Amino acid sequence: MPNPAQPTPGASTPRSTASLGRKARVVASFVLGSLGLLTIAGQVFLPGRSVPDKEGVVDPALASDNEPKKVHEIRIRKRVAVLSVDTGARHANGDPIRILCSSCHATTRPRIETRGAAELDEFHQGLTYRHGDLTCLSCHDATNYDRLRRADGGGISFADVMELCGQCHGPQSRDYRNGSHGGMTGHWDLTRGPRERNNCVDCHDPHAPQYPLVMPVFAPRHDRGRHPASTTATDNLRPVSHE
Amino acid sequence: MSDAMNQDVTPPTGATTRRTALKAVGATLGAAAFAQALAPLTEWTPNLSVAEFLQKHYRELTREQMAEILTRLENEARERYGAEVSIEDVPPADGVQFAYALNLSICIGCRKCAEACHRENNHDRSTQQSYIRVLEMEKGSIDLEKGTADYDHPVPQKDKFYMPVQCQQCDRPPCVSVCPVEATWKEKDGIVVVDYNWCIGCRYCEAACPYHARRFNWSRPQIPKEEVNPVQAYLSNRIRPQGVMEKCTFCLHRTRNGRLPACLEACPTGARVFGNLLDPKSEIRWVLENKRVFVLKEELGTRPRFYYFFDE
Repeated sequence: MPNPAQPTPGASTPRSTASLGRKARVVASFVLGSLGLLTIAGQVFLPGRSVPDKEGVVDPALASDNEPKKVHEIRIRKRVAVLSVDTGARHANGDPIRILCSSCHATTRPRIETRGAAELDEFHQGLTYRHGDLTCLSCHDATNYDRLRRADGGGISFADVMELCGQCHGPQSRDYRNGSHGGMTGHWDLTRGPRERNNCVDCHDPHAPQYPLVMPVFAPRHDRGRHPASTTATDNLRPVSHE
Repeated sequence: MSDAMNQDVTPPTGATTRRTALKAVGATLGAAAFAQALAPLTEWTPNLSVAEFLQKHYRELTREQMAEILTRLENEARERYGAEVSIEDVPPADGVQFAYALNLSICIGCRKCAEACHRENNHDRSTQQSYIRVLEMEKGSIDLEKGTADYDHPVPQKDKFYMPVQCQQCDRPPCVSVCPVEATWKEKDGIVVVDYNWCIGCRYCEAACPYHARRFNWSRPQIPKEEVNPVQAYLSNRIRPQGVMEKCTFCLHRTRNGRLPACLEACPTGARVFGNLLDPKSEIRWVLENKRVFVLKEELGTRPRFYYFFDE
């Protein structure tokens, strides 16, 4: 039902001094209203106005939204950029002697067809390899063994292994980038503290990436809905080794 | 004749009549019953202070009263467990609605989350209490009643999937509506909490919960002092008294301070996602918007805040 106090939209009055006066009043009240709102907003939101409490700490609820909050970083655990191998030999002081992959591979001829250590006569013996139909040089860069291979021929640092894996494992890479794949520790609220995330090879052995079978820990001792004294059903559970 | 009768009923001086004997027995029994009735009062003193007995409901406490209570509880932890603990009353924040998601394609059923919960939340050691129960389920069925929790073989088995179940922090929590004394309620950030000092231990909430998420403290939790987690909150992991209910609080002593829950940090496979529903850039929002999520027993209308999803 139309409000009788408001003029009907179709019945516009001719432009006159009266309507001009009304327009002026509308503009003036709009300006005044805006000024008033700005004053109130300034009192509420201006930085530096929030009152510190006794301890001198600004209550986060009172802190202004205009103030940029410090956002902590999401750190991704990274391997060293260049891998080295333990030779088994030791320095005079007992430290293991480690050499770069390129130390040996600079003088050997890359064999594109090798799939795993079983085909090798020496070195990398005992390496479990179970990763689809890939060959060693699917991931290792035959032109530079101190880095990984990108499909377009470029290189990927060992530290950026996620980029290597993501070339084939698209959905996992997408989920990882959006935080729904891969473990993490720290803070969900980055304004309160940092977060640390695993990278692919923290959980997956790159040469045998399927997550291994494990013994579960922490077997329930009894049916938790019952009084402990009344429970005998699971007394014969043998203890499970805690890793 | 009447004289003789009168003589018969008049007791000889100093002799015991049936009436006095009955009186004495009655008085003795009465005194015994009275003593028995008062016995709990004599027993309460070591374990229950007057202050505790007269303590108000959590939501009626002033800041000063709460400060006193926290000090009292910290002292109790020192006396009973020999542990130096810090108990805070951490309130929910504005603009935060917590939710949890769990990837069933990734969970392998290793129960590390249940173990982490046990340690984080100061559970009784002897019963291996935990707020998380990991169910081994047949693939192709989501019937909770057919899941087994006490599996004891290498995991994951090929024909099984693994479903950790803890408090679903329902938006319409049946446990809250059945509580006769309002000792449990839903906070504004979505977490359902219990005032352990107000709970009468009737276990109605345990019976009402369709997810078996609530636990009863049959005895006072036993924890070696070096294993007590000293970072505690009034509404979450402070050591509970005997005879009260307890439940998962999304580790509010951690999460309300911005940290991730203990079960998430302990998960070796990264199956768990936690965050603020109101933050459009959060991981939990990405999961809800991009994965096929479901909730347990949706047909009950409990509206859980705990979501499950599969990758494929």
